[in-house]
Amino acid sequence: MNPATPSTSPLPLWKRICDTTGLPVCRDAELFIKLNAVCAVVFLLVGGIGALLLALTRWQTVHLLPVEWFYRIVTLHGLNMLIFWILFFEVAILYFAGTTLLNARLYSRKVAWVAFGMMLVGALLVDVVILVGQADVMMTSYLPLLAHPLFYLGIILVAVGTLTGVFNYFATIWQAKRQRTYEGSVPLVVFGATAAAIIAVVTLLHGAIVMIPTFLHSLGLIAQPDPIWYRLIWWGLGHQSQQVNVCAMVSCWYLIGNITTGAKALNETVCRGAFVLYILFINLASAHHLLVDPGVSATWKIWNTSYAMYLAVLASMIHGFTVPASIEVAMRNKGYTKGLFGWLTNAPWQNPAFSGSFLSMCIFGFIGGITGVTLGTQQINIIAHNTLRITGHFHATVVGGTTLAFMALTYYVVPLLFRKDFIFRPLARIQPYLFAGGILLLSLGMSFAGSLGVARRSWDIEATGSVHGPSAHLFLAVLGLGGILAFASLLLFVLLTVGTLLFGKSNVGRAMVDWGTPKTLSDAGGHGHGGEVVSGGARAVSPSGEAAHDTRGTLVLALVFLASFAVYYFANWKALADVWPVR
Amino acid sequence: MSIHSPAADWFKAPTGHERLWIGLAVGWCIVLSLMMPYWHFKGKQNSSGETYRTTPEEFQARVEKFSEANAPGTRDNFAEGLNVEVPAPPGDIYLIAKQYFWYPILKLRAGETYRVHMSSVDFQHGFSLQPMNMNFQVIPGYDHVLTLTPQAPGIYPIVCNEFCGVGHHTMVGKIIVE
Ligand code: HEM
Ligand SMILES: [Cu+2]
Ligand SMILES: [Cu+2]
Repeated sequence: MNPATPSTSPLPLWKRICDTTGLPVCRDAELFIKLNAVCAVVFLLVGGIGALLLALTRWQTVHLLPVEWFYRIVTLHGLNMLIFWILFFEVAILYFAGTTLLNARLYSRKVAWVAFGMMLVGALLVDVVILVGQADVMMTSYLPLLAHPLFYLGIILVAVGTLTGVFNYFATIWQAKRQRTYEGSVPLVVFGATAAAIIAVVTLLHGAIVMIPTFLHSLGLIAQPDPIWYRLIWWGLGHQSQQVNVCAMVSCWYLIGNITTGAKALNETVCRGAFVLYILFINLASAHHLLVDPGVSATWKIWNTSYAMYLAVLASMIHGFTVPASIEVAMRNKGYTKGLFGWLTNAPWQNPAFSGSFLSMCIFGFIGGITGVTLGTQQINIIAHNTLRITGHFHATVVGGTTLAFMALTYYVVPLLFRKDFIFRPLARIQPYLFAGGILLLSLGMSFAGSLGVARRSWDIEATGSVHGPSAHLFLAVLGLGGILAFASLLLFVLLTVGTLLFGKSNVGRAMVDWGTPKTLSDAGGHGHGGEVVSGGARAVSPSGEAAHDTRGTLVLALVFLASFAVYYFANWKALADVWPVR
Repeated sequence: MSIHSPAADWFKAPTGHERLWIGLAVGWCIVLSLMMPYWHFKGKQNSSGETYRTTPEEFQARVEKFSEANAPGTRDNFAEGLNVEVPAPPGDIYLIAKQYFWYPILKLRAGETYRVHMSSVDFQHGFSLQPMNMNFQVIPGYDHVLTLTPQAPGIYPIVCNEFCGVGHHTMVGKIIVE
């Protein structure tokens, strides 16, 4: 990390200089980053308690919740996690990227208050309506199911509040550009955050288009909107918002790679181009939620699946390479050049931000990505739609991927913005591993149970006798155990974070206590982490500058990834070929 | 640096391993894209989405007529969903989804091809045929037609896998293949 750079000109009142990084911090933005982050963590806890109850109910041997409460909590969990935890955290990321990284001031405090207020009121409204039993409709609330009007109103408030926050972000970067607070192009992380913000606007507009008529219908003012139309537009919200999450998560990977190992993008054009692909090609990916629907033709399904999804998939495959590659190059330049993977084994695995971010990358890519593309293939979806395979997939993307990346970032947000050093640091160091392990089990249990035909959102798979056989029970038990582990580590995360805010030692006026960042080895053959001798000398940049771009290790990992992808993908075509012919 | 503005000349073509990987990824995405049209023409399992508009009343009337024609006198058992139909293959057959049953129990012959008309008369439901694990969406107001060829004799449960109310998990029907 850079030492603080002494500032020469007197500092305006609206900002301070970070004692650790030397970066400027806008005080207004700081306030709203804190508010949004705290709310995010509270909703994560609410959703997490729901998660534990659900996992212990789907584990058929335990079967904890009574039936109405199971469906109620599915609704609660989906919305608190996927919408509230994620959106509050994302607004915090936007405020951070738009100010600190551009040396700029938040456009408006007032707008930020309005956005925050709407989101909070909306979210609380939704939770209350669900808990009093007036919205047992799942977060998708597919028509003709109907919830209490306040449920839709709450969702509309959250969406409009978020849009307002996004507007504040755009105004902030526009103002920064006009006032020339930075030179040249915006940093990559800001570029990624902006991509997320653009997609968020498109997404939230879909939300408005579908939720406003549904709200009016629930009040009895207009006739019921068409259920297929509802599905199409709802997934314009539901799917595209996942692309917002991917953009935000990838931005976190770049950011954390940079602060923990000093990684720099190898090629800015490639990384930025990949973000542009997300913006351009995700629009109709809502299609892959309608692959076995009536009313939409095969041509429409195939076209929208391939054009919109595969160029977005390409973007993720590119980021999945460039992030580790940039870390590899940074580590090799520090002298960790031994073999193919010396850079990786010597990475700061004891730093929870690094481990969280790297595990997030692995889970997102190897499990979330591969299953997502495969299940989202038009015909393969026949053997996956609405089974637990789908839940298994997205707990690897939005939980093992996005949520873990956000947790990782929190290990810096708290010391740098709340200016408190973490309590119980050894526990914090293992938290990402526990969470990753729990989610891995959860996701695998879900996926295998789903392959045996077990439906998602089902309270009892044996209500009318055994349909799926005993191995389904085994996998549901794996789901349950994974759920317990994931919940325990989620709770640990919340307790550590909140505990630090309340009892952590202030680090105002000094640098934060380092989580562990790799030292640069001396040319004379210094000692790596853990006393391992790393062949020195050899790391010296060769005359041609070759060593600066040695990414052999990443290439090997990427090839392993591609091979796993191909195996899983074609195995699924094989499985499809075995079922009854259908057109 | 990811958190600082890049050098002014950042616009560059990729090189080395990065370029190689982008090439491989593009190639793989092309494979992914081509597999779907390939299977559409050559594969036997497709979701063509053949659909007609209907209304709950109209669809229910058609199903009742169908029941009456194939299994006279059982129409009154409608609510229990317990009827067994033995339609003469091949032909149009009907399946109705309603909180919380599938009606009727269809009796089909292995190797014959049927056009199964599915619709719901209340909420959305999910047609999930076990143990093959074949899944299709059922939506009120739409007659979703599957052209299906059962392969082997047996009793095949139809699980509902779209949440349709508090009795959702009890919504299990069946198809009998002889
Ligand atoms: C402790 C960690 C977690 C556990 C143990 C867990 C477990 C579960 C379980 C058991 C279900 C119900 C599956 C079903 O019966 O259909 C579920 C659904 C879901 N979860 Fe999680 N989850 C966790 C974290 C998260 C997070 C962090 C997110 C989002 C960021 C999330 C998003 C969802 C969504 C969107 C659903 C689907 C709800 C629906 O079907 O309407 N989960 N989860
Ligand atoms: Cu149903
Ligand atoms: Cu159902």
